[in-house]
Amino acid sequence: MSTGTAATRRRMIEQVGAGVLAAGGLLLLAPRARADLVKAQKLMKELIGDRTPQEGKVRLEMPQIAENGQSVPLTAAVDSPMTPDNYCRVVHILADGNPEAGVCSFEFTPMSGRAEFSTRMRLAQTQNVWAVAEMSDGSVWMTKTEVKVTIGGCGG
Amino acid sequence: MVSRRDFFALAAAAGAILGPGRAGRLAARDRLSEADLLAFRPVGNVTVLHLTDLHAQLVPIWFREPSTNIGVGEVRGLPPHLTGKEFLAHFGIAPGTAEAHAFTDQDFVELARRFGRVGGLDRIATLVKAIRAERPGRTLLLDGGDAMQGSWVALQTRGADMVAALRALGVEAMTGHWEFTYGAERVEAIVEELGFPFLAGNVLDTEWEEPVFESTAFFERGGVKIAVIGQAFPYTPVSNPRWMIPQWSFGIREERVAAHVEKARAAGAELVILSSHNGFDVDRKLVSRVPGIDVVLTGHTHDALPRALVVGKTLVVGSGSNGKFLARLDLDVQGGEVKDFAFRLIPVFSDAIRPDPETAKLVEELRAPYRAELDRVVGHTESLLFRRGNFQGSWDDLICEALLEQRDAEIALSPGFRWGPTLLPGQPIRMEDVWAQTAITYPQVYRIEMTGAQLKDVLEDVADNIFNIDPYYQGGGDMVRVGGVSFVIDVDQPIGRRISDMTSLKTGRPIDPARKYVVAGWASVNEGVEGPPVWELVARHIEARKVISLPKAGQVRVKGG
Amino acid sequence: MADIKPRIKVPKTAKKGEVVEIKTLVSHVMESGQRKDAEGKTIPRKIINRFTCEFNGKPVCEMTLHPAISANPFISFFAKVEESGTFTFTWYDDDGSVYKAESKIDVTA
Repeated sequence: MSTGTAATRRRMIEQVGAGVLAAGGLLLLAPRARADLVKAQKLMKELIGDRTPQEGKVRLEMPQIAENGQSVPLTAAVDSPMTPDNYCRVVHILADGNPEAGVCSFEFTPMSGRAEFSTRMRLAQTQNVWAVAEMSDGSVWMTKTEVKVTIGGCGG
Repeated sequence: MVSRRDFFALAAAAGAILGPGRAGRLAARDRLSEADLLAFRPVGNVTVLHLTDLHAQLVPIWFREPSTNIGVGEVRGLPPHLTGKEFLAHFGIAPGTAEAHAFTDQDFVELARRFGRVGGLDRIATLVKAIRAERPGRTLLLDGGDAMQGSWVALQTRGADMVAALRALGVEAMTGHWEFTYGAERVEAIVEELGFPFLAGNVLDTEWEEPVFESTAFFERGGVKIAVIGQAFPYTPVSNPRWMIPQWSFGIREERVAAHVEKARAAGAELVILSSHNGFDVDRKLVSRVPGIDVVLTGHTHDALPRALVVGKTLVVGSGSNGKFLARLDLDVQGGEVKDFAFRLIPVFSDAIRPDPETAKLVEELRAPYRAELDRVVGHTESLLFRRGNFQGSWDDLICEALLEQRDAEIALSPGFRWGPTLLPGQPIRMEDVWAQTAITYPQVYRIEMTGAQLKDVLEDVADNIFNIDPYYQGGGDMVRVGGVSFVIDVDQPIGRRISDMTSLKTGRPIDPARKYVVAGWASVNEGVEGPPVWELVARHIEARKVISLPKAGQVRVKGG
Repeated sequence: MADIKPRIKVPKTAKKGEVVEIKTLVSHVMESGQRKDAEGKTIPRKIINRFTCEFNGKPVCEMTLHPAISANPFISFFAKVEESGTFTFTWYDDDGSVYKAESKIDVTA
């Protein structure tokens, strides 16, 4: 298991060097192409206009620390009876540290029965993910959660 | 459930029974007896025994508790973030006693020589058998995970030795963390071999997001229906190699824990126990937010507390590590509520306890094939070799020294693992001792170039893993150990602002963010890392030195906390 | 596109008025348009940009996807079923391709 030769060492440097920052893989690919807060706020304005989102009703379940920045599970759930005259119309997911602020928009109907969906998303770096819910009465609700993207290792 | 006020009254009563009085009795003489260690005024209808973070230590060892264990934010200065004299004062333990020695680092070498080694499966077995005999039909023995990693025999047998050990001890359910570093296929086989439930309700498959393991097991003890919910270490795929378990996803998953609790209650559970590898602060936060958990048996952070902590309506138990302690929690459960309890974290003083003959024989058999390798002496130490502490441990100083010299590196990095026993000055260093600090399935020593800026990023990242103000963002290890460089850390700052004054120890000059440095380290979580296993380098280094005498450590200066 | 294989998990039976969970997976690279190849040229975007679910021809839900959605998109959601029938799932690719899958459910009183 000797790795004393220069060539082996070089190979190791390449392998581990790439690996040490693997969790930030997407970050390395697009180091400066990140949406900032302003970009996310601009998109939100496009989506909901001048309405001011209230806190509450919408819940966003995500891991506090991402295991894999390429595939981070998320579940958004909205407190709504989901009846024909009172239902959650759409949930928008935004991210304020990705190359683009938009993640997805999920439109429900009363036939959905339950205002909840799950998917998996990419996170270029540690950032806030936003869930913005629009109800059939026009009210808008939102929540944010921070997800850390770390180098990993060194645990326990 | 009993009210908060009742609980405080109970806690105070339990303290009066088991606190200063016992410490006083143990202080009265140097010689401990098995009866002293087993002394307990039984309460109620259920006795829960808890072992955690055994780290495959089957024979007696020394284990020094940390001298630094900082808590940030709301938990600053609260147990378990107390060490040394503050710890003794908080719990009313007299200095110089067996209890003081078990729970703190105070006068460690002197007291270690007086009270002897701790742990050993055969000693634990004696205690378990005695308590089971005293409380027939009422006792439940649970393991909190990290049982199967930390020794050469466990590594060579991929945990099979510990499967046999836990079965022999009569463990009735467990959860996991380092177990997962044997890879998914082996874990699945272990779950089959155990013969008792492996519980991990927070693990889902990465394809359909569906449960991989059982979450809950039900038991009946003393006429009480008990639900045990298992919670594996939430950040296993972050802290350890994810590529070994690519189809499994972890996380705290608070909503899911709440759902398991509700389901257990709906199924008639009168007592709900969370057997958790979350770590102490994570569990303290979890039980403050998830109702209906009567007891959380916490693990991972290796905290040993002489009392059960009362958080809201939940008892939080921290049972130490490495086989050094056995927790006994007696509960009086009436009508689905805990009416009374008594607790003791029993220090397993090996010299005071008769080895259980059957278990001693089993341990001997498990170790026999490896005996010659384990006993090979590679050198001697004049320094106390320990690992625990937020920023520094002398074992890690030795490992970093070996990395620097054996790999001709400018800077060394060694993970802040919390497992690994202690050696006293004057002892031989055997391969078993080296492996007890290094035996993992990804031991390769890498040698890479990193810029000063990248190096700072690594330190900042790991520091945030320990000192993030929100426990849910903490991974539960200690700070990455460094060689060849010193730095200042201000634990109260946010990520990116904690680390400063990074200085090369060789040149005395500040670390240049733009310059590349040759860095040697081990335990990379990335796939395909090549290099010799770290124990080879460490053994070679000790053999070259013959006698280990470490300079006083001064790499890390701490602000805040 | 032989490599695009939708997979669906829907209960085979349900009670009238029950809310059932539906899980879908489709194998797709979800090329973000943000990555560069070895020569430094941007790899063009190619993602699934829309997903719909209908039950007996009536819309249940619909999702707009951006490049931040992971490869092999996983989408799960709920539907309230009042009658037996067929769920139709449709994925729309940037390149104009449309992928479809169906699932039947028996609803009892």
